[in-house]
Amino acid sequence: MAKGKYRRGASRRSLLQQFGAAAIGVSFAGGLAACGQGAGGRRVNFYNWDTYIGPTTLADFEAATGVPVQMSLFATNDELFARLRAGNPGFDVIVPSNEFVTRMSQAQMIQELDHAQIPNMSNLLPEFQDAAFDPGRRYSMPYTWLVLGIAYRKAAMRNGEVPNSWRYLFDSPQYSQRIALLSESADLIRLCAKYKGISLNNIPDATLTEIEQMLIRQKPHIKAFHEDDGQDLLASGEVDVVLEYNGDIAQLMSSEGGDAFDFVVPQEGTLINSDCLCIPTGAPHVAEAHAFINYLLDAEAGQKITEEIQYPTPNAAVAARMGPEYQNNPVIFPPAELMAKSEYGAFEGDERARLYEEIFTRINAA
Amino acid sequence: MEQTWRQAKAAFAAIAIPPLAWLLLFFIVPMTVIWAYSFGENTGPTTIDFTGTFANYMRAVEPLYLEIFGKSLVVAGLTTVLCLIVGFPVALAIAFASPRMKSWLLLLIMLPFWTNLLIRTYALIAVLREQGYVNFTLEWLWNNASGLMTFVGLQPLGEYEPLTLLYNNSAVIIGLVYVHLPFMVLPLYSALDRMDRSLMEASLDLGAGHMRTILLVVVPLAAPGIASGVLITFIPALGAYLTPDLLGGTDSQMIANVIERQFKRANDWPFGAALSFLLMYLTFAAIAMQALVQRRSERRR
Repeated sequence: MAKGKYRRGASRRSLLQQFGAAAIGVSFAGGLAACGQGAGGRRVNFYNWDTYIGPTTLADFEAATGVPVQMSLFATNDELFARLRAGNPGFDVIVPSNEFVTRMSQAQMIQELDHAQIPNMSNLLPEFQDAAFDPGRRYSMPYTWLVLGIAYRKAAMRNGEVPNSWRYLFDSPQYSQRIALLSESADLIRLCAKYKGISLNNIPDATLTEIEQMLIRQKPHIKAFHEDDGQDLLASGEVDVVLEYNGDIAQLMSSEGGDAFDFVVPQEGTLINSDCLCIPTGAPHVAEAHAFINYLLDAEAGQKITEEIQYPTPNAAVAARMGPEYQNNPVIFPPAELMAKSEYGAFEGDERARLYEEIFTRINAA
Repeated sequence: MEQTWRQAKAAFAAIAIPPLAWLLLFFIVPMTVIWAYSFGENTGPTTIDFTGTFANYMRAVEPLYLEIFGKSLVVAGLTTVLCLIVGFPVALAIAFASPRMKSWLLLLIMLPFWTNLLIRTYALIAVLREQGYVNFTLEWLWNNASGLMTFVGLQPLGEYEPLTLLYNNSAVIIGLVYVHLPFMVLPLYSALDRMDRSLMEASLDLGAGHMRTILLVVVPLAAPGIASGVLITFIPALGAYLTPDLLGGTDSQMIANVIERQFKRANDWPFGAALSFLLMYLTFAAIAMQALVQRRSERRR
C-alpha cells in the first residue's frame, strides 16, 4: 500500500516502489548503507512508508528528548519483509501492516513491546486496544488504518449511478476497458470472496476456483493491474473505476480538480488494513524505540501527522483534535454499517500466500 | 612482437587477480547461493533447508510456467527483430557519416543511458497515455483536418477518440525496443565501421545495386556484429520485468515478473531460484549459439 500525498507529485510512490524492486539484489546483501549509523549513541532508526509522517515530527521528537531519528523508506510490506529476512540490519522501529505483524511475530522478526513504556496507549480507541492479528497488542501499536474501495470518475458513471458493488470491478462488462485493479493477489482474491458473500478469511478451495474463473472471465474488460498507482490512472483519464485505498483517494480528492472523483466502499463490505508500529528483533536502541512509539501516539504529535497524511487514525485523542472536515469525511471514515461488514485479512501462512500468487499468475497467463 | 602470458606471469597475475577475485566474490558466490536455493525447501517464513530436491524444477516446468517462458521468448525475440530492423540502417548511417557527425550521432545513441530506466519508462507513459503527447498531436491534426473539411463544405470529422496505446502487449514491445535499441546499434556500428570499404566499392563497380550490395556483401561481413547485437538485446529483453509491469496490460506478464513475485509476495525463494536458473540455462544456450555463428563466420574467411 502506497502512502503519500497526491498533490506532491503524481508518481512518487510508484517510483519508489519500482526503485525498490530494482534494488532487490541490493537487499540480499542486507547492509544498512542508507542509515549510516553506528551501534553507539542514542538514536532511533525508523523504517517507514514514504510521506507517512508529519513535516516536523522527527525534529519535534529530537527537541523533546534529545534523541535524533534517522528515517529510511520502504514501499511495500514485501520489501520490508525481504529487507529484514536475513536479520535486522539496524532498524529500531518499523511499520508493517496487520498481516505482516502476524507473519513477522511468528517468524520472531519483531519483539514484544513493554506496555509500561508506552503510556500513550491509553489514547487509542477501545477497539484498537486489542487486535485479532496481535492478541493483547503484544507486538504492535496501531498507527493508521485504511480500507480498499472503488474510486471512480463521477462524469463517467451512467445516470449518475454509484458503483457501490464489487460487481462493477469483478463481474460486469459495464465499464469494459475502463477498469484497473490492484495487482496484489491476496487482496484481489479476498475481495472477490467478499463479493461472493463469504468471509475473506479461510476461503474454501471450491470458491477459489470460482473466483479464478470469474476473474479470467472479467479479464478482457480490465485494462491493467496497477502497482498501487490507481489514483494516477484515474486522474490521467486512463480508467474510470479503480480499486484503491481510501487514503490515496482522499488525497486525490483534496487536490485541485479532485471533485471530479469519488470513493465508495461497496455494499458487500471490504478489507481493512492497519499499519502498526513494531520493534524488530535485534533493534540496537530498544528504549529509544519505545519512547518514539509512545511519542507517535501522543495527541499533539499525532494531530500533526494526521493533518499531513489524511489517513484514518485509531487514536481517540488525535481524532478529537481534528476538524470536522476530517472527522466527517466519508472517504476517510466509511459509514459504520459498511465497516461492520468489513474484515481484517488474517495471515494464513506462507502456503496460502503462495497459492494466491499462483492463482494470480494463472489469471495473468490466461 | 606479441608476448604470451607465460612470458610475464607476475605482471599477468597482478592484472588478472583483482577482477577474478571480484568476479568470484560478487558473481560466482551469490550465484552459487541462489543455485543452491533452487534445490531447497521452505521450512518457515525465513528458513530454507538445502535438501537437494528437484521439486522446484518440477514445478517450474509445469505447462503454466513453460507457457510464460514461451511467451517471454516470443516477446524478447520480436523485440530483437524490431531492434535489428530499426538499428541496422541507423548503424549504417553512423558508420558512413563524417567523423565529426559520427561522434555526435554516437552521443545521441548513448544519451538515454545517462537516464535511469525507470525515468525513461515513465516518460514513455507520459508520451503514450490517452492524455499524452501522441494523442495530443493526433487530436490537433484531427481537429485541423476537421476544420478544413468544414471550410471546404464537407461534414466535420466529429469528436476525436483518443487511441489506447498503453497497457497492452504492443506497448510492452514499444517500450522494450525503445530501451534496447542502443544495445543493438553499438555492436552493429562497430562491426560496420571496421568493415573493408573496398569490398563494397568492388561490389558496386561490378554492377550490383545498393540493396544487393548491402544484402550480399555488407550483411555477411557484419554477421558477427549482428550476432552479438542480437545476443545483448535478446538476453536483457528476456529478463525484462519493469517494462511489462509498467506498460503492460492484464496479459503482458513475462517470466521475470513471476520470478520477482516469488522473491517478494510469495516469499518462495527456492521456487524463484529454480525459475531464475531455468532462465539462465536459456541464456547459456543463446550464448552458445552466438559462439557457433561467430566460429562459422570466422571459418568462412
